Amino acid sequence: MRLAEAWRVALDALRANRLRSGLTMLGMVIGVGAVVILVALGTGTKNEVQAQVEGLGSNLLLVVPGQVSLNAAPAVSRLDQSDLDAVIRIAGDRDRVAVSLTSGENVRAGKEQVFTSLLGVLETTPKVFLRDVRAGAYLTRTDVETGRRVAVLGSSVARTLFGERDPIGQQVTIAGVRFRVIGVFAPLGQSLGVDRDNEVHVPLTTAQRLLATKRVDAFAVKAPDAETIDRLGRDIVAELHRRHPDEEFSAVTQEQILGVLGDILGVLTAVLAAIAGISLLVGGVGVSNIMLVSVRERTREIGLRMALGARPRDIGLQFLLEAVLLTTIGGLLGIAFGVGASLATAALSPVPAALTWWSIALAFGVSCAVGIVFGVVPAQRAGRLDPVVALRSE
Amino acid sequence: MTGDAAIEAIDVARTYALDGVGVPALRGVTLTVAHGEYTAVVGPSGSGKSTLMHLLGGLDQPTSGRLRIGGRDVAGLTPAEMAHLRNATIGFVFQSFHLLSRTSALDNVALPLVYRGLSARERRERAARMLERVGLSHRIGHRPNQLSGGEQQRVAIARALVTEPAVLLADEPTGNLDQATGLAVLELLEQLNTAEGVAVMLVTHDREVAARARRQITMRDGRIVSDTGSVSTGSAGDGDAEVRA
Repeated sequence: MRLAEAWRVALDALRANRLRSGLTMLGMVIGVGAVVILVALGTGTKNEVQAQVEGLGSNLLLVVPGQVSLNAAPAVSRLDQSDLDAVIRIAGDRDRVAVSLTSGENVRAGKEQVFTSLLGVLETTPKVFLRDVRAGAYLTRTDVETGRRVAVLGSSVARTLFGERDPIGQQVTIAGVRFRVIGVFAPLGQSLGVDRDNEVHVPLTTAQRLLATKRVDAFAVKAPDAETIDRLGRDIVAELHRRHPDEEFSAVTQEQILGVLGDILGVLTAVLAAIAGISLLVGGVGVSNIMLVSVRERTREIGLRMALGARPRDIGLQFLLEAVLLTTIGGLLGIAFGVGASLATAALSPVPAALTWWSIALAFGVSCAVGIVFGVVPAQRAGRLDPVVALRSE
Repeated sequence: MTGDAAIEAIDVARTYALDGVGVPALRGVTLTVAHGEYTAVVGPSGSGKSTLMHLLGGLDQPTSGRLRIGGRDVAGLTPAEMAHLRNATIGFVFQSFHLLSRTSALDNVALPLVYRGLSARERRERAARMLERVGLSHRIGHRPNQLSGGEQQRVAIARALVTEPAVLLADEPTGNLDQATGLAVLELLEQLNTAEGVAVMLVTHDREVAARARRQITMRDGRIVSDTGSVSTGSAGDGDAEVRA
């Protein structure tokens, strides 16, 4: 039997049982659709995170107490001003070092109020990180050295407190203390559901006084180039460890952060892919089941075809193609559904979704493979029927 | 092919294994079907008629004895080789027609040619010619449920003959038809037997149907108990196939 003929016979058989074929395909549609959507979400998230980490600036080194890994809790900092001076000495330039003291605080202006991250920082922050001020100006070295009560607002803080009004020169109250707004950041947007524009920068010295502490939480150091970054990190960690012998410190690069985030997203994507895989498996079992029913229902037809000269492999091929047709049509519909849902998600919601050709090709390949794997047993059963027995069946 | 024999059976037996017990259905049958013959096989239920038809039609293999179909010994043939042999040599007509219900008369007739690998055009041309031969040119596009019983059986006969087989095996071809329609089908078979030279062998319960055949074989308990004889001699050398009535 020619292959084209076998395809036609298989297609006819599917058309003869439209509802049943449709329901069987639905399993494949859902499974393949889920794979395409989940891979798109995983890829989109990864792309976004990568863009954000890279968007921080280049050749960055983040220095924090404790260890940076998936299963370590953040450590409480015992770093202070003298450690900062030491780090600046190693880095060789104050402009290469940023620092932060972070605390969650209520910020109020008139009747409006917002809970935000308060960061005590140096004036060097925009030189280390890529951070644009949209209106007004950033902190100056004098602001830091004299502990001025001035603040630079994240764009969402400014919008919440002042709406359309210009916040520059206005007063805000942080933890009961009045500050003057001198600048507003350009918006950064959301990242993994977190509003990155919900923060307020004030001079480190002012923050320390406000929070009644001497500590700093973390440093960020900008290395002159990619080659020196690892040595710089080792030197800083060694110096900090010398100064605090019973504590651990970590210096991580952007690559390492991306690695950790990649691990997290990898595990997440793997779990989701496994769930999608299960639904593909269930779809495949459904195909197998329906094909066995189909073979049983059409035993007389099989007997007749054999009597007329169909070889076992002609019969087997007919049923195998029927199974493959079921799964590939289901797979194509699933791809269409997955692509549509991914594009809609990317267009209509802040959740990132990026389609990749390999995931679509993979989904199609898996659809064909499921048809072959789950079609083989029913096809073999059909091909091995005894023509005499098959002809007599009712 | 060897000589004149389309099918040659020498001491053929077929035993079915039922729960480990061998049940003999055919106990040594020697028979030659010559080209162009018209034979009726009669006998009570369970006499082995159907088993004989299945063996002669290459649907089944004998447990013992020698069976040659179209000059080829079936011993040791694979299912695929048997399928090829059936397609090349045998046409089947069944009591219940066995047409594909969602398929037109034309495509039903063309079905055996699918397994010969002929092009769709050639299949249709040959099927259309065959439908014309059985007087159904006006029913080419009809589906089986749009045809009467007699018409359905004529479609089935066209399907059996479209491959130009040496032998047409018909199992109770009139069993599902009323008398007048059955008679018309028999007349068609007789006419095709004469005109096309195809050997026809039909199994029947009906004495009247059997009486129309030139050669009659009666079976009982898995054996041939009488054979009115063949026109031509088979190579079996058995006395029962020598003389024609």
